[in-house]
Amino acid sequence: MRRLFRFSQLGLVVLLAIFTMGSADTAVRYNDLGHKMMCVCGCGQILIECNHLGCPDSDRELSELRTALSQGKGDTEILEAFQAKYGPTVLAAPMLTKFNIAAWFVPPAVLLLGIVGTIALVRKWRLRTVAMPAASQVRGFDRIRDQIRKETEL
Amino acid sequence: MPAFGSFALLLALALSGYNLIAGGIALRQLATGARGRVSPERLAETARRAGIGSFFAVTCAAFALVWAAFTNDFSVSYILHHSNRALPGPYKFAALWSGQEGSLLLWAWLLAAYGFVLRVRHKVDVKLTAYASTILSGIQIFFLLLLNFAAPPFALVAGTVPQDGFGLNPLLQYPEMVIHPPMLYLGYVGFSVPFAFALGALMMRYPGEKWIHITRRWTMVTWLFLTCGIFLGAHWAYSVLGWGGYWGWDPVENASLMPWLTGTAFLHSVMMQEKRGMMKSWNMWLIFSTFALSILGTLLTRSGLVSSVHAFAQSSIGTWFWTFLVIVLAVCLFTFVLQRDHLKSEHKLESLVSRESSFLFNNLVLLAACFTVLWGTLFPVLSEYVQGNKVTVGAPFYNRVAIPIGLFLLFLTGIGPILAWRSTSFKSVRKNFILPVVAGLVTAIVLIACGVRPWQDQGAFYSLMAWSMGALVVTAVGSEFLRGAGVIARHTGQNLFASMFQLTRRNTRRYGGYIVHFGVVVIFIGFAGSAFNQSAEQELNFKQSMTMGPYRLVCQDYSQDSNANYDTEYAILDVYRGDKKITQLAPEKRFYQASQTTSTIVANHSTLAWDLYVIYAGKDPDNGQPIIKVFLNPLVAWIWIGVIIVILGTFVALTPNMTAAFAASRSRVPVGEAPALAASKGGD
Repeated sequence: MRRLFRFSQLGLVVLLAIFTMGSADTAVRYNDLGHKMMCVCGCGQILIECNHLGCPDSDRELSELRTALSQGKGDTEILEAFQAKYGPTVLAAPMLTKFNIAAWFVPPAVLLLGIVGTIALVRKWRLRTVAMPAASQVRGFDRIRDQIRKETEL
Repeated sequence: MPAFGSFALLLALALSGYNLIAGGIALRQLATGARGRVSPERLAETARRAGIGSFFAVTCAAFALVWAAFTNDFSVSYILHHSNRALPGPYKFAALWSGQEGSLLLWAWLLAAYGFVLRVRHKVDVKLTAYASTILSGIQIFFLLLLNFAAPPFALVAGTVPQDGFGLNPLLQYPEMVIHPPMLYLGYVGFSVPFAFALGALMMRYPGEKWIHITRRWTMVTWLFLTCGIFLGAHWAYSVLGWGGYWGWDPVENASLMPWLTGTAFLHSVMMQEKRGMMKSWNMWLIFSTFALSILGTLLTRSGLVSSVHAFAQSSIGTWFWTFLVIVLAVCLFTFVLQRDHLKSEHKLESLVSRESSFLFNNLVLLAACFTVLWGTLFPVLSEYVQGNKVTVGAPFYNRVAIPIGLFLLFLTGIGPILAWRSTSFKSVRKNFILPVVAGLVTAIVLIACGVRPWQDQGAFYSLMAWSMGALVVTAVGSEFLRGAGVIARHTGQNLFASMFQLTRRNTRRYGGYIVHFGVVVIFIGFAGSAFNQSAEQELNFKQSMTMGPYRLVCQDYSQDSNANYDTEYAILDVYRGDKKITQLAPEKRFYQASQTTSTIVANHSTLAWDLYVIYAGKDPDNGQPIIKVFLNPLVAWIWIGVIIVILGTFVALTPNMTAAFAASRSRVPVGEAPALAASKGGD
């Protein structure tokens, strides 16, 4: 059990490392930020994916993004600057501020609650269920029972 | 013809009204034992016939609209706005669903057609079908009220009738658009039937689970239509919109995904009710929710509640849909509260490690996915209400929140089949899980060795997870097939492939389901490829070339063409891999004269490894140079192949089982041994 716990800890650390070890290369950041913003012309497309020839807005926005990156600004700073200039709808997803936090946390919270609730419910049902007779002493009983259940699909 | 169509719609409304009222009275009399001047059985029969009659009336109306499109009757406002003389025949037919009024008529016609089949096959269960027919007529009345009073398709043009129409939206002038909307609508509308059966069964306190057997095929066929509709839409978006993707998390796309998710949950959890008499209330609410979400999807499309690229379908009939949705939910809630004691479970879950639990978690995750999509779709409206300003909830949100849920679901797809009903021992879990888990880990190691770097970006991490989980699921499902086939092979002496075929024939539902799961894995493999998409845009003049991945594109020519419907500009590009010319692509840009709008026609060279996706973006307005945009999208073909596998699997699941005796005779085994063979035939 202790070993399992240690493995879980190690797994968690690896996962955190994976999520935090992003490359800070400018081209990668340009691509990443370009995917985090919308074209404001009304086409409803992600900024870097806007495919309108002669779009009045996407080229300007992308050039502003390049300038901001060359000035060494941070990602959050750039996103906030765009939000201040074009309004909150320029961001392809809400930032973690005030009420917008709810957008990000409610779905995982609902899933988590559902999982916890389901486990609690199953435990409650199991407690209510009439106790099963003691397992047979026949050798390989578990294997035979599993095979029977699997093959007959009771 | 417009007058004929309008009359047909009024007649259909009257017949559906009679079906609802007479059917309702008859069922009430049957339930209470009261008798009127006409016996309830005869009254119910007249209601059924009125329902059949309404199908013919709506068919006449739909025919009248198509006729008006084909005869260029621009006195009909709908035809004026959605067709023109030069429009090719198939698109004139598609005009039936290209606008608000037409698509509502299509909805009403499909509902009437489903109702027709249900009423003709009423002998399956006369009383339950009478309930379902009456409930369906209630839904039908709503759509016919809309068609007669809120959005009449046969409204006439005021004043002088123009010589030509304004044409069909160019985005809709694509072959898939002729079949995508009907497929989607067949899915949306089809869920009305299991909904009507479920509500009817609850109203009449239907004994046993036979109603589930009756509706199983309806539900599966409907689910199949919705699946096809969704993926045809994705393929259309990929081929026409020219942004290199197939799913943009647009509210209207989300609207089609939500009932699909709850419908999938229903298809799984209903098996627990059939086999173990469990989760009756849950299933009831799942099918209620699926139907309500189908209506909500249409509401989102029509009301303009959320911003969408499908804005061409917006109108003011949202209030009608809100009212209908509230009535539907009120009726469901009222019936449920009144009859909830009828839905008591016969068994309880005995173990967290069992097939039942895996279904329960599968349901939970599917519903969480549905909630996430609904939450993301409606959050901008909520934000405007709370903060006073709208926000955008687009792909980055869904990629971060919905993808982990999808991966969890993929994992459950693999472990569910290897768990036994009631409970599974730890030893059995260990034995059955070792091989799939090893397959998943080996896949991850091989992919990392091949250059996938999950620590570099989130997309690569998710892709690695999807492929590893895919390997796990395929191994789990494959080992189930092999185990069952091995039993048959031992008994019959057939080879393994013949045994697998026979195994599938003996329990089509179970093994058809596994094939569907395999298809889902293939689809996920395709989705995972999107993390490695590449794109480039370049001005490309005659004989100039550009490189994308292993391909080199050389511009051979630019040309123009014209026909009665549109003018077109296109590039002719030779594609080389190394020094070998492998194909020629001709991306187009079209200008439709009637609607005065442009549209992109993508040229795509698709292989199993990747799609070379080329767009002719037109000429640079500053220097007149032609611009070519190229995408290299890995594994996209796997998505479409996966869908075909899902369709095949569903067909297998819909096929009746081969009986054990027949199987024994086919494999020349004495009939006396057939029961032994039947042991290899499980449930679902």
